[in-house]
Amino acid sequence: MIEKPNLNYVNNLSGDDNDVKKLLIDVIKTEFPEEKKEYYESYHNKEYKKIEENVHRLKHKISILGLVKSYEIANEYEHNLRVKSTDKSDDFDIILLVITEYLKTL
Amino acid sequence: MNCIIIDDEKTARIIIKKLSSQVENLTVVDEFSNAIQAIKYLNENEVDLVFLDFHMPDFNGLDFLKTINKPLKIILTTSDPNFAIEAFEYDSIIDYLLKPIELPRFIKAVQKVENHLSIANRNTNDTKIKNDFYVNIDRRLIKIDLHSIYMIEAKGDYINIRTEEKNYIVHSTLKKIEEKLPDSLFLKVHRSYIINVKKIIDIEDNSVLIKKDIVPISRSKKSDLMKHLDLL
Repeated sequence: MIEKPNLNYVNNLSGDDNDVKKLLIDVIKTEFPEEKKEYYESYHNKEYKKIEENVHRLKHKISILGLVKSYEIANEYEHNLRVKSTDKSDDFDIILLVITEYLKTL
Repeated sequence: MNCIIIDDEKTARIIIKKLSSQVENLTVVDEFSNAIQAIKYLNENEVDLVFLDFHMPDFNGLDFLKTINKPLKIILTTSDPNFAIEAFEYDSIIDYLLKPIELPRFIKAVQKVENHLSIANRNTNDTKIKNDFYVNIDRRLIKIDLHSIYMIEAKGDYINIRTEEKNYIVHSTLKKIEEKLPDSLFLKVHRSYIINVKKIIDIEDNSVLIKKDIVPISRSKKSDLMKHLDLL
């Protein structure tokens, strides 16, 4: 079963500070599509080093959104990329899709 | 303490800024999305602490560490602990924080930096202090080596300075002599006693054995004393 993203970390960090919460969500909503786009470009060009960097960067968003298992998958994928293996890329696609859909609801 | 943040990801910079705002005496003076800009800033400005992201495109945290040529206190921020191990080869790295950073762990890392800075300040101050001072006894000025003192006891209007060789009864107060002693070596453990912490033999409950003397420790001073000790 695919886990659902949440804002627990964002809420804990922000506390009563709604400005920070809004800012953080806005920035995530801006940065995530850019990072996803860069990832798919690197993937398409088979630039493994770049793909690894893109995955690493996306990992932070995955963890901020409370996706514990997805973070582990992304970690595994990142390590596979170091040996030029794209194993786990399908799982990673699903994670990106889940986040994309979730961010639309915020 | 003032600090800067180096991280290419805006989300990460917002998080560190928010966490910093929850720590007393920590001020973010600037933030940088790339390490080269930060190096230019650091060449012209002094900061107490740098939050450095390890993974950045083109010029990463490791490149920054290799390039910067001034002593800094750095907390590394990363999503991968394996890279942190490599960075610990650099003396400037005080701690590393795994993303996403939680407040308690963040506070702990900042406290580590504070401790490093206070030790560095204490050492700097100590080097300015002479190794000896003179006391007036019966119209004679007698030199006393600071390191030979193991204890100073208040006796009415006098103090008894006990050294390895002999004792000196001087017309003075503990408060006056305390000002001449380096904090790193001496501690007032009781209203009537200052001790050289390096000469402690053992500590039991509310007393300390120093040479052959048992000195009482005030309850309020015990935590100060424990901070001076290098506990295993």
